[in-house]
Amino acid sequence: MRRLMPLLALAASGCAGVQSMTGGAGLGSRQFNTLMLAFLIVTGLAYLFVLLFLGGAFVRRRRENVGNFMRPLLIGWTAFILVGIALLTLLSCLDDRQSALAGTGQPPLKIEITANQWWWQVTYQDPMASRTLITANELHLPVGRPVEITLKASDVIHSFWVPGLAGKQDLIPGRTNHIRLLPRRIGLLRGQCAEFCGMQHAHMALDVIVESPARFAAWYAAQLRPASPPATALAQAGQAWFLSHQCVTCHSIAGTTAGGRTGPDLTHVASRRTIAAGTLPMNPGSLAGWIANPQGPKPGNHMPTIAMSGAELSAVVAYLGSLE
Amino acid sequence: MTRPEDLPRDGPALQGEELHRRLSVTWGRAPGLWGWLMTVDHKEVARRYLITALAFFSFGGVLALMMRIQLATPESGLIDPDRYNQIFSMHGTTMMFLFAVPVMEAMAIYLVPLMVGTRAIAFPRLNAFSYWLYLAGGVMIWIAFILNVGPEAGWFTYVPLAGPEYSPGKRTDFWAQMVTFTEVAALAVAVELVATIVKQRAPGMSLDRMPLFVWSILVTALMVIFSMPAVALASGMLISDRLVATHFFNAAEGGSALLWQHLFWFFGHPEVYIIFLPGLGFVSQITETFCRRPVFAYPAMVAALLLTGLLAFGLWVHHMFATGLPRLGYAFYTAASMAIALPSGVQIFCWIATMWESRPRLEIPMLYVIGFIVTFVIGGITGVMVASVPLDLELHDTYFVVAHFHYTLIGGAVFPLLGALTYWFPKMTGRMMGKRMGLTAFALVFLGFHLTFMPMHFVGMMGMPRRVYTYPASMGWEGLNRLSTVGAFVLAIGLLVFAGNLALSLRRGRLAGPNPWNAASLEWAPASPPPPYNFAHIPVVGGHTPLWDDHGRLTYMSGLRVDDRELLLTTAIDATPDLREPSPTPTIWPLLAALATTGLFIWSIFDPWAVVWGSIPVAITLTLWFWPKSREPATEPVIE
Amino acid sequence: MSKPSSFAGDLSGLPTHAFGARSLTWWGVIAYMLIEGTAFALAGASYLFLMSQEQNWPPARLPDLLAGTLFTVVILLSELPNIILKKAAEKEDLAQVRRWLIVLDLIGLLLLVIRGFEFQMINVRWNDNAYGSIAWALLLLHTVHILTDWVDSAVLTALMFTPHGKGRRFVDVSEDCLYWRFVWLTWLPIYLLLYWAPRVA
Repeated sequence: MRRLMPLLALAASGCAGVQSMTGGAGLGSRQFNTLMLAFLIVTGLAYLFVLLFLGGAFVRRRRENVGNFMRPLLIGWTAFILVGIALLTLLSCLDDRQSALAGTGQPPLKIEITANQWWWQVTYQDPMASRTLITANELHLPVGRPVEITLKASDVIHSFWVPGLAGKQDLIPGRTNHIRLLPRRIGLLRGQCAEFCGMQHAHMALDVIVESPARFAAWYAAQLRPASPPATALAQAGQAWFLSHQCVTCHSIAGTTAGGRTGPDLTHVASRRTIAAGTLPMNPGSLAGWIANPQGPKPGNHMPTIAMSGAELSAVVAYLGSLE
Repeated sequence: MTRPEDLPRDGPALQGEELHRRLSVTWGRAPGLWGWLMTVDHKEVARRYLITALAFFSFGGVLALMMRIQLATPESGLIDPDRYNQIFSMHGTTMMFLFAVPVMEAMAIYLVPLMVGTRAIAFPRLNAFSYWLYLAGGVMIWIAFILNVGPEAGWFTYVPLAGPEYSPGKRTDFWAQMVTFTEVAALAVAVELVATIVKQRAPGMSLDRMPLFVWSILVTALMVIFSMPAVALASGMLISDRLVATHFFNAAEGGSALLWQHLFWFFGHPEVYIIFLPGLGFVSQITETFCRRPVFAYPAMVAALLLTGLLAFGLWVHHMFATGLPRLGYAFYTAASMAIALPSGVQIFCWIATMWESRPRLEIPMLYVIGFIVTFVIGGITGVMVASVPLDLELHDTYFVVAHFHYTLIGGAVFPLLGALTYWFPKMTGRMMGKRMGLTAFALVFLGFHLTFMPMHFVGMMGMPRRVYTYPASMGWEGLNRLSTVGAFVLAIGLLVFAGNLALSLRRGRLAGPNPWNAASLEWAPASPPPPYNFAHIPVVGGHTPLWDDHGRLTYMSGLRVDDRELLLTTAIDATPDLREPSPTPTIWPLLAALATTGLFIWSIFDPWAVVWGSIPVAITLTLWFWPKSREPATEPVIE
Repeated sequence: MSKPSSFAGDLSGLPTHAFGARSLTWWGVIAYMLIEGTAFALAGASYLFLMSQEQNWPPARLPDLLAGTLFTVVILLSELPNIILKKAAEKEDLAQVRRWLIVLDLIGLLLLVIRGFEFQMINVRWNDNAYGSIAWALLLLHTVHILTDWVDSAVLTALMFTPHGKGRRFVDVSEDCLYWRFVWLTWLPIYLLLYWAPRVA
């Protein structure tokens, strides 16, 4: 079974990509592969029977007394379906139970995610308020430690889904949902909103980095630090421009006066892989393109186009690019 | 006044050509446009439904091709997100509300009265009225779409996205009101079909001798009756949240987004069985004819239809597995969703068993039956997969599900429909469809379908979600998407060939007699196409296969009026003759009432008071519709 | 049709109208009741669903009992003339049918007036909150039933005073009575939900 799994995954998805559900990077995804195999076997047998039975009707030449074996065969077929369904239902329930009981005995990492049109607010929770971390659109997880995520939505229904780790859960305004994850393999994964949420549903992705506990702790510590003050003159000019314009209405940068919460937190934006919820890579070029014209790559999103000169744009890009 | 005994009636004294001439006058309508607008002939109304539904099918298909062109390339800039979101919403809406249900209704309206041996459908004026409402709803939503005010929140319009705050303007209101139009029409047709099947069957056609297609329609009509009110209620609540600030779905004031989902899916799940069950009825009739045998295990087949209809109402939460409801509750819906595979599995067995009893003639309709079996079972299999909560939580809202429901809907309903159109085309038109074009169409449709939708299972498992107007180049999804796009065009060409065959055969098809396939059910007794009165004399039925029994000689009951429209009512279970029922003559009031109702529905999108003022013309037209004609007392005499 | 057909029997002796399940329109009325009944059941379920999601129910003042209870009493009492009318119709007694149709038309008017007061006395508006919305929805759905049945009865009353008042029209009256029964039967659970569920919750 263990050796069959990667073969199946390969066959089914042609080299499991970062968003493939057969990747098996998390407990949920591995269980998916096993359960799917069981389903394929049982239902595959049923389909095989149907094809053979159908083919036989055309191949047989003599037609006498089919009624004699048809009735018992029908009963057998009915029994097969009933037993098959019961088995698959049981396996599904067992899978559920296994997921619920899984955990490595470590206390879970607690995260709260609030979905918005069209970005993810990620809050790492900690009993000490000073260790609560707010970031956006990117999730870092230590391998092997269970994660409990509280799911909320600020506007419409979204769905949190990292196929490589586990199944999805909806984020519904007025309700609080939960999902448990157990990452089992280090690597890069991608998640995407899986409930149609409006114009830019297609561009609401999430980068998920599963790393060793040590690297995770280092990342976490770095993220907790306030934004490093800009070193170059250009970046300083950029910060000055940023803090004196509309940007601060929506965005926060810890350690400055920018405290807006309607858009993603930018304190460590340059440390992220992508911007605009997975739409563009994080590099000066895309950053410039995004800020100059957010409606270009993601038409209909809520970031307004702010008039700025080429020099102002370079400065702001330099500043934001320094926020590692 | 003439004595009842002297009124002309069909029978030994009046039959053949003379009877045909007089019945044609009584049951005919005025020629030309005026007569066409006033007709209450179920066959004419059915043809309208059929042509309109097939037209919407092609519009929905064009939308699909547009989506496939867009998705063939990653990050394609061809269609902007707003337009694309309207396109996929309109594709689903058109296919589900304007094609799939109406086309099945069309076939039922045409065939059921003929199959049960009666002269007209029950409530023929309501039938005419329902068509105009359906047309109005479809035209309204398409005009809205063309004017860029089409719905853009999916065919299922989840709130709060579809609510007043996140979908401003009238787009979603047009959608919600289109639902009202089509659901009133569908409910009206369902009522007519139930009444026809229960009360107008030919003498001797007891319930256990009804054709399997008629059983499938009876169950379908009952499902419509119990499920459509849910979507009517939901869409009414949605319009009122948007128009008059109610808070049914507004979480901030005690409403619930999940209320919408429960109500919508309580309708939405039975809806797919409403589409699917008539398809199963087609398969039964076609299999019976081309195997020259009644379908194996008739009682099991009937039980399977009833069980499917019943179970269909216990599944709806499987659309909500990701919403965070209690897991223990989900287990019931998993079990029920898998259990519904049982009756379908039994039916598949019985059809194939029928083929074992006598080698089937491989005419085109039979090819579609085989295509159906091979395709639908795959859809059933993926259905069993998504019935499992752990599997569904990965597969939900991905292209895997898109593959699943196209396998079941196209495999389970459209393939049988294409077979049915080929099969009953001679009855409806008096000509056969071309065989070579038919074969070409079948091959292209079958191949094109699988090429389009099989890859979607895999691209879904690779993580591609639904309802996305584009996707990144780095995901590795474009290969499979491109394959689907090619397949879609092959499928489209196949359907064009089928449509071309339909059009050409209308003019140049080989002439067909009453029963070119040598079938057993009653609709094959009258001429092709049938006269307006269907049957010159009411036939008597002695078994499952009336036209095969007794060397094809039917026995009749005489005595119905010839100079006034009259049909026979029989008892509900045993079909013993009970009453003579007058049948309405052509009238313009159904059209006028439909116009008044259309005014009411469209006006109320813009102004809540329309519900009050707009009701007045509706009340007036309905009253005049039902007001008896002055000459009616003359049709009453009874021989006591 | 060149060969002469063989006949197993003759239908000319059959009557042209009958009451109850023998009537075609009866099945139409039953189907309509199933449709409307389902809509009511789902609206009631929606009420209970919304109630289960709320801490305080109602999140507003309790509805006053007077108008609603008065309505219930009157509509229940209306079953008495309804029974008389139905029997009269089935006996095809024109004079009785005319009399009792008018009585029921007047009762219907009275009920509509009381219903008007009910909308005020439930002490909440449709746009206040979800409770108000569903309460108004239930009340409005039922009012539409009273209204459509009333218009139906009014038209029938007029008909029975014309030369058309014979034969099949008695079947129409009988089925109208059947439908009226449905109207007050569906009111009972709605009354309990609207006026007593908030008091018990």
